[in-house]
Amino acid sequence: MIACNRRFGEAGVAKSSIHIKSAGGIERGFIVLVCRACVDPPCMKVCPTDALSKRVGGGVILNSSKCVGCKLCVNACTIGAIFWDEENEKPVICVHCGYCVNYCPYNVIKMEEIS
Amino acid sequence: MPSKVLYIDLSRRRFWVEDRRKFFEEWIGGSGVAIKLLEEECPKNVNPLEPENPIIFAIGPFTSFYPIASKTVAMFKSPLTGNLGESHCGGRSALAIRMAGYGAIVIKGASETPVYLAIHGEKTYFREGSAIWNMANSYTVGRILRDREPGAGARTIMRIGRAGEKLISYACVVTETYRHFGRLGLGAVFGGKKLKAIVISGRKSLPLADSKAYREVYKEIFDALLASPSMKKYHELGTSMNVNPLNEIKALPTRNLKKANFEEAEKISGEAFAKDFLGKRLACAHCPVSCIHLAALRTPYDLEPYFYKTKMICYDYETIYALGSMIGVSDPKELLKLLDEVEALGLDAISTGVALAWATEAQEKGLISTKETNGLHLKWSEAETYLKAIKLLVNQVNDFYKALGKGVEYASSIYGGKDFALAFGGNEMPGYHTGLAAHLGFLIGSRHSHLDCAGYSIDQKIIASRKKLTIEELTEELINEEAWRQILSSLVICFFARGIYKPELIIKAFKPLGMEFTEDSLKAIGKKILKAKYEFKVREGFNLGELRIPERILQTSAPAGEISKESIIKALKLVEEKLTAL
Repeated sequence: MIACNRRFGEAGVAKSSIHIKSAGGIERGFIVLVCRACVDPPCMKVCPTDALSKRVGGGVILNSSKCVGCKLCVNACTIGAIFWDEENEKPVICVHCGYCVNYCPYNVIKMEEIS
Repeated sequence: MPSKVLYIDLSRRRFWVEDRRKFFEEWIGGSGVAIKLLEEECPKNVNPLEPENPIIFAIGPFTSFYPIASKTVAMFKSPLTGNLGESHCGGRSALAIRMAGYGAIVIKGASETPVYLAIHGEKTYFREGSAIWNMANSYTVGRILRDREPGAGARTIMRIGRAGEKLISYACVVTETYRHFGRLGLGAVFGGKKLKAIVISGRKSLPLADSKAYREVYKEIFDALLASPSMKKYHELGTSMNVNPLNEIKALPTRNLKKANFEEAEKISGEAFAKDFLGKRLACAHCPVSCIHLAALRTPYDLEPYFYKTKMICYDYETIYALGSMIGVSDPKELLKLLDEVEALGLDAISTGVALAWATEAQEKGLISTKETNGLHLKWSEAETYLKAIKLLVNQVNDFYKALGKGVEYASSIYGGKDFALAFGGNEMPGYHTGLAAHLGFLIGSRHSHLDCAGYSIDQKIIASRKKLTIEELTEELINEEAWRQILSSLVICFFARGIYKPELIIKAFKPLGMEFTEDSLKAIGKKILKAKYEFKVREGFNLGELRIPERILQTSAPAGEISKESIIKALKLVEEKLTAL
């Protein structure tokens, strides 16, 4: 979470597009929430201003200038992997850069080529 | 740099925020800011359980910026020692306070009815706490608040158990399950305020003065942490890696320190737990080490065949010492059950173990009988009896358990047995009988803990090199170490990483945040913080010349050499001179 945020020139987790939470209590382990680069992205389909477009290689790209902050994309993401930038009132969406992978010392997350 | 302080008044159910930038610039954060806020907010000679005793939480300028700066400092007046209470906790507490936008939180007053606080960013809510008051298990309280409050993944849930509600002087505050503000009775201060829990969350952004330089320094620290062999050990075995080495050098307090080696230590060692019970490893937020170790304990139901429950139970070196060797328990399953009970009730495991050890010896010597213990025959290694005693202690069933709930210093003043009551400045001893430096550290440290001046580390150097230090050299080293640790605990960095966060690296790491320090200026601030703590303690009646020295530490040989009363008294005089001259 912190690596993702750092990639975009800030500290903390406010603008992170990866999120880790417990599976109902720390004793039950953790869930990694991150965009799974849907083939037919539901977030993109519900965007009323076409601010989201398909990214080459998977995922979506946000055009902030078109976004009106309606949050429909957040609600449409079935797995809850679109987060919210409360200061700018815009979604925070993974760009699949892989920066976070460099800061996961236990190889929980990794980047791999898909066919 | 965090600079905002959230003030909460439980009596009037009001909150407000003040920007104290200059204050943070001068005192850094963490311990530095906390002691100054305590000085401001705590009236002289206040009873720790009265509403006027404030609770201060403080984080540091590196929190959420650099790895392993993951702890929160709590300061308050301790119900256990009647003096400065300082306790540190990891988990997600520091990140949550930072993301909510605060550098410190001050909680004053007391509620008339049970309450819990929900701090979400700029808003603080006073929520009804009656339904979760008097709940048998602190795990359950956590589970309920998890469902009721937002912020999953980056929030902290601090709560007390029944020990805190019953005002046991060494009740702890459990956070996120498995991490604690363990020592010196913060849980009882919560209980005195009718404050059952605090949930904190937020999503404030944290800008940087120089993001490119920041990323570079970050990488340097991150790589150094991962490359460090001590970090690897803490990751693999956790702090319980210390059981075998300390036992081998005969520094592991056993059966109330009648001995310093435990013949069955191997069975409760970090290696044994990792092999037979380790179920999960966890990390505090923003820490790549993940030293937190959870054992999976499978226990059958009494009446139902082939029906089991599996519990996750946290273990650490100190808790293994206190509820293992110190009371002679060597069966790891029984030890885990004791740890689970202590976690559920919200007690400090170290003080509980030392209290039970003192009580066992007091019964052995006939100072107390089964009349006092409510029918229990306390015997070394008999965990079932200890489990019953812990319940009676928290339920405060009679005068004996009420006295024991105030710590061994107090209990031994009523029932005798002071010479084997292992408390230093009123706080029960941690698990290091390495030598004179360790015990001096417990006596003179501002929180009477092995984490103050790391005396055990000086002793270990003496053991390895066979080179003795003069009392003058030894006290000098102890005070220098404690002064420097004020900087680490103001930043607030986990002490495991003290070998990595050296002055030059700290100075370098400050720059991208827009702050400049020199090694001299940092060291001067460290001394200033130590002086402020010492002055607060003296204000509240602390006197180095009046400290009680438990005879038992002089009777049981320590690996760094015999400890004499004369050497301790001489050292205390020197320390007083040095601290006064700071």
